[in-house]
Amino acid sequence: MTRVELVALGASWGGLQAIETVLGALPSTFPATVVIAQHRPSAGQDGMLEHLLDTHCALAVTEAEDKQELRPGCVVVAPADYHLLVDAGRAALSVDEPLHYSRPSIDVLFGSAAAAYGDRAAGVVLTGANADGAHGLAQIAARGGHAIVQDPDCAERSEMPAAALWSTPEAQVLALEQIGPALVELAGTPEDARR
Amino acid sequence: MAVRVNDDVQEARERLEIELLLEGIQRAYGYDFRGYALASLRRRLWHRVHGEGLETISGLQERILHDPSCMDRLLRDLSINVTGMFRDPNFHRALRETVFPVLRTHPFIRVWNAGCSTGEEIYSLAIALHEEGLLDRARIYATDIDEAALQRARSGAFSMEHMQRYTENYLRAGGRDEFSRYYSADGDVARFDPALAEGTVFAQHNLVTDGSFNEFQLIVCRNVLIYFGRELQEAVLELFGASLTRFGILALGRKESIRQSRHAGAYEPLVESEKIFRRRS
Ligand SMILES: C[S@@+](CC[C@H](N)C(=O)[O-])C[C@H]1O[C@@H](n2cnc3c(N)ncnc32)[C@H](O)[C@@H]1O
Repeated sequence: MTRVELVALGASWGGLQAIETVLGALPSTFPATVVIAQHRPSAGQDGMLEHLLDTHCALAVTEAEDKQELRPGCVVVAPADYHLLVDAGRAALSVDEPLHYSRPSIDVLFGSAAAAYGDRAAGVVLTGANADGAHGLAQIAARGGHAIVQDPDCAERSEMPAAALWSTPEAQVLALEQIGPALVELAGTPEDARR
Repeated sequence: MAVRVNDDVQEARERLEIELLLEGIQRAYGYDFRGYALASLRRRLWHRVHGEGLETISGLQERILHDPSCMDRLLRDLSINVTGMFRDPNFHRALRETVFPVLRTHPFIRVWNAGCSTGEEIYSLAIALHEEGLLDRARIYATDIDEAALQRARSGAFSMEHMQRYTENYLRAGGRDEFSRYYSADGDVARFDPALAEGTVFAQHNLVTDGSFNEFQLIVCRNVLIYFGRELQEAVLELFGASLTRFGILALGRKESIRQSRHAGAYEPLVESEKIFRRRS
């Protein structure tokens, strides 16, 4: 099976804690890039980045800058009021209209991941109270990528994972604590990454 | 033997289709999107493909080459005019506190607002310059590729529904007056004081194909470069370098940077967190 090089996380209501749990399970040697679209207020004063930096995440967490390189083991967060997209090893930002009232939008990020990474992408839909990410996750799956959905029964808000499962029934359903370890497996070892 | 398309080929093929389409558009209509950032462009193209009831980007190419009205619709999809007044208040505060004191040392101030869209940014600059006593000796050159957006910029009329947010932004950006003093409410439109735009020159200018047309103490170009690929970004930064006076100031969007550019060495950060740079010579 192809090794996953890009992990795209999408979260909304209750997402910060969920993201923290997932990132907390990734070792410092994690060989894939993690990109994150978390719904946040447009002014960006939600302290999201500070919060994630404070958590015991072994990886370097930064807010995306346009065209920055996406290196293995980096965690890149969509800035408030921007869409984050990926393209051949680089981040790309846009201020296109919000999609379903959201900028950043999970669908936009996932759609770009599907197009640029194909079966080397994994998409993960976490807790949330809307349907963002459902369309994008289906795109990732259609391109041969890996689809993971947080178990709606255990999510703080079940709407978003449920919508993702509806659009991508073949997605793997995991409890929050199992997602990090599953990603570690999908991304393989640093040695695999060098090959 | 059955011919099967594997996944990598799928990606490569889509890229090929996009390249062919952009080449076709350039040759048939003269619009050059070839150096634009692929990820956003792809999203917009697919939006149009679906909007036309088509299946593929090649299908869109066929229609565009045979039907100019389809090209019009695509152009509308590709122009992203999203903007606002005092967007990123911290940036506008930094302009006031750090950039204007530098401008003050010049007897005459030329500002280039490149990619000004529908004009909210121009009026934000003009209001701040006015409050700092600099507007009388300033000339703002406001340019955009999009003539329809410029038309709206010239009118100085913005939707009333945003005024509350703009007022908050204005105050957070260090505004010193009553924001409502600058416009009069006309139904659901806020008409800004024409005196603010008296020293503004509006002109269509394409950053990709048009050259330098003056020298400026300050260039403000925010959230335009994000739509360009890296090579095109380099070319535009080259253009800006050629359009700045000695020690001129370049202000970019909150998440844009010259750090990875080969022009990085020509600038030093003036307000690093707000992406405001100053030419070293
Ligand atoms: C997202 S808006 C940014 C508006 C404003 N500067 C801001 O930050 O709020 C991007 C603008 O760039 C303009 N633009 C795109 N390509 C351009 C080009 N090649 N030359 C000049 N302007 C261009 C678009 O027409 C649009 O008005």
